[in-house]
Amino acid sequence: MIQPQPYEVQVLETPFHSRTAELCKTNEWSTWSGYTTPDVYTNMELEYFAARNTATLFDISPMTKYAITGPDAGRYLDRLLTRDMAKVNPGRVAYGLWCNDAGMVIDDGTVFCLGENDYRLCSQERHLPWLLDSAIGYEVAIEDITAGIAAVSLQGPTSCAVLKAMGFVGIEELKPYAHAEFQLGGHPLMISRTGFTGDLGYELWIEPAGAGELWDRLMEGGRLHGIRPLGSKALDMTRIEAGFIQAGVEFFPGDLSTRPDRLRSPFEIGMGWLVDFEKGHFIGRRALLREKQTGSRHALVGLDIAGNKPAHHSFIFQGRNKEVGIVTSALWSPTCKRNIALASLRTPYDKAHGLWADVYVHREQKWERIKAPCRVVDKQFFNPPRRWATPAGDR
Amino acid sequence: MTPAGGAYDAVIIGGGHNGLVCAAMLGRSGKRVVIVEAASKLGGAATSGEFAPGFTVSSCAHILNQLHPKVSRALDLSRHGLKLSTARMGTIALAPGGRHLTFEGALMVNEAVNGAGEVLSQRDLSSLSRLRRRLLRFAGLLHDFQATVPPRLDATSWRDGLGLARLGWAVRRLGRDDMRELLRIAGSNIADVLNDELDSDLLKGAIGLDAVLGTGLGPRSPNSVFTLLYRLSGRVGGVPGALALPEGGMGAVTDAMAAAAKANRVDIRTACPVKSIVVEEDRAVGVELESGEVIRAHAVVSNADAKTTCLDLLGARHLDTGFVRRVKGIRARGTAAKLHLALDGLPRFSGLEARDLGRRLLIAPSLDYVELAFNPCKYGEYSPAPAMEITIPSIHDTSLAPPGKHVLSAVVQYAPYDLKGGWQAAKDGFMDRIMDILSAYAPDLADRVVARELLTPEDLEQRHRLPGGHWHHGELALDQLYMMRPVAGAAQYAAPVPGLYLCGAGSHPGGGVMGAAGMNAAAQVIKGGKQS
Repeated sequence: MIQPQPYEVQVLETPFHSRTAELCKTNEWSTWSGYTTPDVYTNMELEYFAARNTATLFDISPMTKYAITGPDAGRYLDRLLTRDMAKVNPGRVAYGLWCNDAGMVIDDGTVFCLGENDYRLCSQERHLPWLLDSAIGYEVAIEDITAGIAAVSLQGPTSCAVLKAMGFVGIEELKPYAHAEFQLGGHPLMISRTGFTGDLGYELWIEPAGAGELWDRLMEGGRLHGIRPLGSKALDMTRIEAGFIQAGVEFFPGDLSTRPDRLRSPFEIGMGWLVDFEKGHFIGRRALLREKQTGSRHALVGLDIAGNKPAHHSFIFQGRNKEVGIVTSALWSPTCKRNIALASLRTPYDKAHGLWADVYVHREQKWERIKAPCRVVDKQFFNPPRRWATPAGDR
Repeated sequence: MTPAGGAYDAVIIGGGHNGLVCAAMLGRSGKRVVIVEAASKLGGAATSGEFAPGFTVSSCAHILNQLHPKVSRALDLSRHGLKLSTARMGTIALAPGGRHLTFEGALMVNEAVNGAGEVLSQRDLSSLSRLRRRLLRFAGLLHDFQATVPPRLDATSWRDGLGLARLGWAVRRLGRDDMRELLRIAGSNIADVLNDELDSDLLKGAIGLDAVLGTGLGPRSPNSVFTLLYRLSGRVGGVPGALALPEGGMGAVTDAMAAAAKANRVDIRTACPVKSIVVEEDRAVGVELESGEVIRAHAVVSNADAKTTCLDLLGARHLDTGFVRRVKGIRARGTAAKLHLALDGLPRFSGLEARDLGRRLLIAPSLDYVELAFNPCKYGEYSPAPAMEITIPSIHDTSLAPPGKHVLSAVVQYAPYDLKGGWQAAKDGFMDRIMDILSAYAPDLADRVVARELLTPEDLEQRHRLPGGHWHHGELALDQLYMMRPVAGAAQYAAPVPGLYLCGAGSHPGGGVMGAAGMNAAAQVIKGGKQS
């Protein structure tokens, strides 16, 4: 077979491509970090309801993965990330984010502690130059292992039941943000209790050679548990309900943006809880300390908006016509039965009253403008107890 | 060791001239200061050394043309023993055929003396006079800003805004024509400017060499007009662009600075290399010596270059990645070698009288000669026909050599720091090439040599702790100047770690034996790092 030249390759295919391509009936695809992935397999609503009521499979192989190893790996991550990594032990996963010198967020991601001095960092965007330059003075090796690991996210209330049906004994005891090693068809398989839907769910990590079998076994194990492949559009609905931020939406990656004033600090996207000033120096610490003293410019809030029209990218006004911010993500939440949004507001804003979203709806050749009153609410719109329960339930 | 009554106010890492100036200025304001110098003697790259029995020479920098008047005034250096053996050194541009061009006083500053040598045309004389007036005016502007603290690049405070406005106003005040001319040529190359104005190859070659001495530039490299302005920005006894020799060699300057420091109660410790800067709770609180001894101080001021200070002594772990990137990116690739010859008598240069040899002699017969010397340097090779700036300081200062004998000190370009194949193997060959070139102008020179020493940028780096063997701790390029020197985020002498300051040539305004960086840094230390 003649191999195409690198410049002839328009998109990369994930290790699950043979399976996802067969299942993607709409032929709606998008590129994610160079890989082609389905937006919708059959129907966005069906996929969304499967995520909330049964189980879904979402191919997360394109997620950028870095192996971070060496005697200084832990200290390095403590310098890179704003949170205290000393508390993250082998078998645990930590959500974190990292900043540039000005304390502005570069990206968020998860760090898997695989063993002593052995970590894996997963993020949406690629950041190798920044990661390598941050390693100056540390004895640490950083390698992009994205293509070397196939990963799929199994999410939904019946996800634990699916894994049990596959024979993973004791999987229900796996705590949130923990991971454990299993075997599948002769391949080592790591299962972590993590995900991006805000529900009970797992992510499964395997070498690419085992990907096809993993997918098939999952679909087989989930046959009686309502399993369905999940496209990225339905995934986005679930992450908004969960109040999760996304790079390029709630914040722009600090090392990829051109306008420094558009960046956001952790405090400005509701991630202040991830900043630990006590652990010693980390990148951006001095700037964040200054911000802590002088105050932030923005706040990321959850909004409950009147009506049922999603306020996509709406301006948020206070009182008559004072513009105070913008909606970053919006959704009519089928599960919460609320018109919800994440919004970036300039501080200080008056939380108590007078906020309204300027919603435009295009209805058959006509723009209709809705001045929809809104309230600032907890941005974890959807956060069911089953997400956190151990042992995990079956439905 | 601490002074009676607790920690020092400041510990200065490195006793080069800027470290000494900074220490003395801090001492003068009542601070208790200690200098820790790695070498067994003070002075950094401004020292004198006996390279052969009885023969002493300025080991690195050999002409004093930029010592900032505010520094010598504030420290009263003449009272502390600084004497000049000449304050009006002339320049002779050597021509291969012997029709040299002689200047009384500094090149471009005093009228050319025509006599038996090269005769400048009327057109060149009037163009030179016009060019000189203009360049000195621009250089004067630089001079004014050398004793100021640069504003921050992301000017957020009104003080920073004012600093930027001051710069803009100073340029505007030149008037329409001169301002346009400054903006036109500031980033340009000296070859274009000289070719526009002058005809004499010898004259252009000499000015071209002055523009690129100690830089990684050739006369056709952009930025070489700025480096000429920088050189002309110095003053000796109020005369812009003048050249002087200190009595006893360059070490006499730092000796006087050390005396001024001691008079201001500064403790000085030599042969005390610093291992690291001690940081506690995100503040520099002292230094740890190689010996293990810790000296605590309220401020740590480093005369070392930014890369050594931040990455080796402090450690990247105390810094943010963007800053580390900038520090790592500082360009400091030395291209100048230093030649020292011990002579058993005054050599004869064809076409020159013995009394002419007290002037500075330039081997740069044309711009092409200098540019051709530069070409191999770009590819990691030394110049087969190098350009040179030669002085015979013993003519002015008999203390430097035994009676009747002399020392010759020359800057030789180009000798790249990162020579292909390494300097070990190439040094003798380069020395031979230099002697060939010198002999073409002074046929009996080789016979008069009783001892010789050639210092490559590698040697200069090791002896004087100059990064890359670069005189200025970093190229004097437009992207490494003023509010970006050594890098944005440390251009106000304060490093990002509170309590740590940079006072070396890597900071604004730069190197040359000027002392302004040390003086400005001292002012910032006194203010506690807050912007002026």
